[in-house]
Amino acid sequence: MIPGRVHEILVSHVRIITRHKFGTFGALILVFFGLVALFAPLLAPHDAWETLKTAEGRVAILKPPSSEFPLGTTMMGRDILSQMIYSTRTTVVIGLTAGLISILIGANIGLLSGYYGGKLDESLMRFTDIIYGMPFVPFLIVLIALFGRSLWFVIIAICCIVWRTSARVIRAQTLAIRQRQFIQAAKARGCSDFRIIYSHILPNILPLLLLYTAFNIAWSVLAEASASFLGFSDPNNLSWGGMLYELWISGKIRTAWWWFAWPSICIVLLVSALVFISRAYEEVANPRLKQR
Amino acid sequence: MGILEVEKLRKHFYLNPGFLSRVVSKKKPSVIKAVDGVSFGIEAGEILGIAGESGCGKSTTCSLITKLLEPTAGAIRYKGQDISQLGKKDLKAYRQQVQIIFQDPYESLNPRFTTFDLVAEPLRAMGIAGKREIQEKVFSTLELAGLKPEEYQNRYPHQLSGGERQRVGIASALVLGPELVIADEPVSMLDVSIRAGILDLIRDLSVRLRFTCIFVSHDLSILSNISERLMIMYLGKVMELGTTRDVIAEPLHPYAQALISAVPIPDPSYKRPRPNIKGEVSQPIDPPPGCRFHSRCPQGIMEECGTVDPPLNEAKPGHFVACHLY
Amino acid sequence: MLLDINNLKAHYQTETGMVKAVDGVSFSIGEDEVFGLAGESGCGKSTLIRTLMRLIPDSARVSADRLAFRGQDLLAMSDKQYREKILWTEISLVPQSAMNSLNPVHRVGDQIVEAILAHSKMSRREAAERAVSLFEGVGLQSGLTRSYPHEFSGGMRQRAMIAMSLALDPSLIVMDEPTTGLDVLVQERILRKLAEIRKQVKKPKSILLITHDISVIAEMSNRIGIMYAGRLMESAPSLELFNAPFHPYTLGLKNAFPSIKAPDRQLISIPGSPPNLIGDIPGCMFAKRCPFAISDCSHVFPEFKEVAPGHFAACIRTDHVDEFRQQAGDKRTWESSKSKN
Repeated sequence: MIPGRVHEILVSHVRIITRHKFGTFGALILVFFGLVALFAPLLAPHDAWETLKTAEGRVAILKPPSSEFPLGTTMMGRDILSQMIYSTRTTVVIGLTAGLISILIGANIGLLSGYYGGKLDESLMRFTDIIYGMPFVPFLIVLIALFGRSLWFVIIAICCIVWRTSARVIRAQTLAIRQRQFIQAAKARGCSDFRIIYSHILPNILPLLLLYTAFNIAWSVLAEASASFLGFSDPNNLSWGGMLYELWISGKIRTAWWWFAWPSICIVLLVSALVFISRAYEEVANPRLKQR
Repeated sequence: MGILEVEKLRKHFYLNPGFLSRVVSKKKPSVIKAVDGVSFGIEAGEILGIAGESGCGKSTTCSLITKLLEPTAGAIRYKGQDISQLGKKDLKAYRQQVQIIFQDPYESLNPRFTTFDLVAEPLRAMGIAGKREIQEKVFSTLELAGLKPEEYQNRYPHQLSGGERQRVGIASALVLGPELVIADEPVSMLDVSIRAGILDLIRDLSVRLRFTCIFVSHDLSILSNISERLMIMYLGKVMELGTTRDVIAEPLHPYAQALISAVPIPDPSYKRPRPNIKGEVSQPIDPPPGCRFHSRCPQGIMEECGTVDPPLNEAKPGHFVACHLY
Repeated sequence: MLLDINNLKAHYQTETGMVKAVDGVSFSIGEDEVFGLAGESGCGKSTLIRTLMRLIPDSARVSADRLAFRGQDLLAMSDKQYREKILWTEISLVPQSAMNSLNPVHRVGDQIVEAILAHSKMSRREAAERAVSLFEGVGLQSGLTRSYPHEFSGGMRQRAMIAMSLALDPSLIVMDEPTTGLDVLVQERILRKLAEIRKQVKKPKSILLITHDISVIAEMSNRIGIMYAGRLMESAPSLELFNAPFHPYTLGLKNAFPSIKAPDRQLISIPGSPPNLIGDIPGCMFAKRCPFAISDCSHVFPEFKEVAPGHFAACIRTDHVDEFRQQAGDKRTWESSKSKN
């Protein structure tokens, strides 16, 4: 690919996203969180696990937001702002990794299933149906019981489940495109199956693919938050859900509104941002939505 | 021996009735005999027209020749070699030599590819490496198709008119230098004032690039103008085959006679003789024995018409008919 | 005069500008007459029909010096009046792709009955009887009224739509590409049926036949109009249009059409493509592609004037028509305009 083409593609994507206010809004939020995740150590004023003391020398337990602790402190005297910043990193990493891996799995299954049809299609789709039946949290519990708690198991558990919807949807789209005459033309011109799937069909499902990438990342973030809220995350890697878990077991959920507010708001913001961006791609995937 | 020989070609599609029908009324699967015993040959360098209405099997025959479909029975021999037994390498060589121009200029081009990529794709798919070689070939083919490369190479299909798109389609079919080109209704979806240009292009290029052409169309007016020999199909079988002049001026088969007399003429003063056939055109599903045209034929009075399938006989030199009258 | 149209315009506002889909079309249709309107894609014939049948969006600007049916001003009518008095009862439509106009979940006969009930005061029983007789009139067996659209072939669906258009005995039937997409034998039968219907019925029916197929128009029409880029280029009685055309576009079209009776005739295409209908194009719309255009052709608006009795053409150079007719048959004449495009 010529650099010029890459530039062209990037520009067209920026244009797609910024076409609407919500797309721009979503993009800005993502960029914000991305930067926070990237520069976490530089931005966080304190260590996430450090028990802090107030100016008077007492342990800063459950302090509401103040100039000293902008977002307040936890039951253990830890700075919520720092915790938030480090958690962003965890969330972004898990969200991106699990999201991207799951879309890779889902897209390929969808493409192969849709293109080849027949027995391959049937077996892949039956497999997808089985995965549909699998509940996320129990699966995660089993993994943790077997292998112990780790960031990676959370990612694996998410990947195992989240791909299923994208597989279905991409298969449907592939089926539709496969019928079109330019695919027949490609076959007649001597293109191998591999080439047809990845050079001819894939570019045509790209908007849908990007849409579901955004969804997958959003679902991964939510899955992770749910898992950590229930206490099933890696204790060494704090996330927003994990912060809420700590809040929950401390019993102070009714009183420490700040401890509750910031993680929740951020989860909502991040997921919304992803959905907004996906909305922008949805219009490209389905042009009829453009007409009001 | 011509460049292509088709012998007793058959393509049957099976329709499975529902589970209940199968169990309760013991219904057997229906058969769509899209192509049912087609035999013909083409000489190198000629333009053979295949005419027929929808459901006659002409498009299926094209798909069988280009190996987009595999036959149920029968043989297709290209330059003497049976193409059903081709290994991967031979298939590649075959595709290089036998190409197809599609009907719909709006659907046969990948909307995400530029004109350059569309014409280069066959070269890339075949592994003809070398950026420079590809560019040379693409440019020269675009020129042959009447499109200036500098102007068109970066345009996407949605930026082209119907006629331009079809030229790109033609270029992508010809870039590999095929010896047999199948044109499947290449002008049916184009405006009238543009058709002549594309027809001329195909005709000129078939001479310049020395390829044989099978031109499929439902429009006999177009075929009368471009094809040298004409084959008329009905419900999966060949009804008549001969030089275009012979078939159009003196059609022998009742179906051909009806078809030709039904073609409207762009001349208000001409009073067309009315074709005399009854019934609706049927689907080639579970056809009854005997001549396919029997139920609608105004002259189908002989006993054989309803029981025996008429073979394709040479009624006059070079003029073949599948009818018991001959 | 059944339908009298003078200087009809229909302009749409779009994101990129004002599209002048129909820009000053004038013709008239008499009683018991078939008027064929020929033109290629983008010439505005579909918009013209939709304007007549009031199927265009409200945002379109429609104007005309005269648009009258049997003397009644159609533009002045409200939608309600139009629907009650004209639509389906006086002017009916057989739309393009009639095959797709039928609702797949209702029986065909029921759809005709609904159409009848919506525009008349017949009882359901009367409407059902009428539907059966209409079917028989187009050559479909009466039992077929109980079928669903998917059980019909393309030709049968088209005939069902024709039956529907005849339901309330209109005086004018507008047919938009009635045989496009149909096999030639089916087309032949439908055209023949139409001719029979016109002869049989007590109340004479006129047809406005719109198609790009010049052969069909030649067979069916009494008078023909040639449309290009939103304007009428020429209109005349059929025989005269074919034997003695005046407009270069007509000359070009004649050459572009193959005929099974003249297989050796060289086909000539018209280089270039139709112009963009957005914006003001002074002068003749065909000038860019016309081999006989002079510099004036691009600035001077060609009036649609009478060049022979009943024969109109929009060209400022009709005085050279004999020359044009001679040169039009030569391929080289048209190649010269290729360089302009």
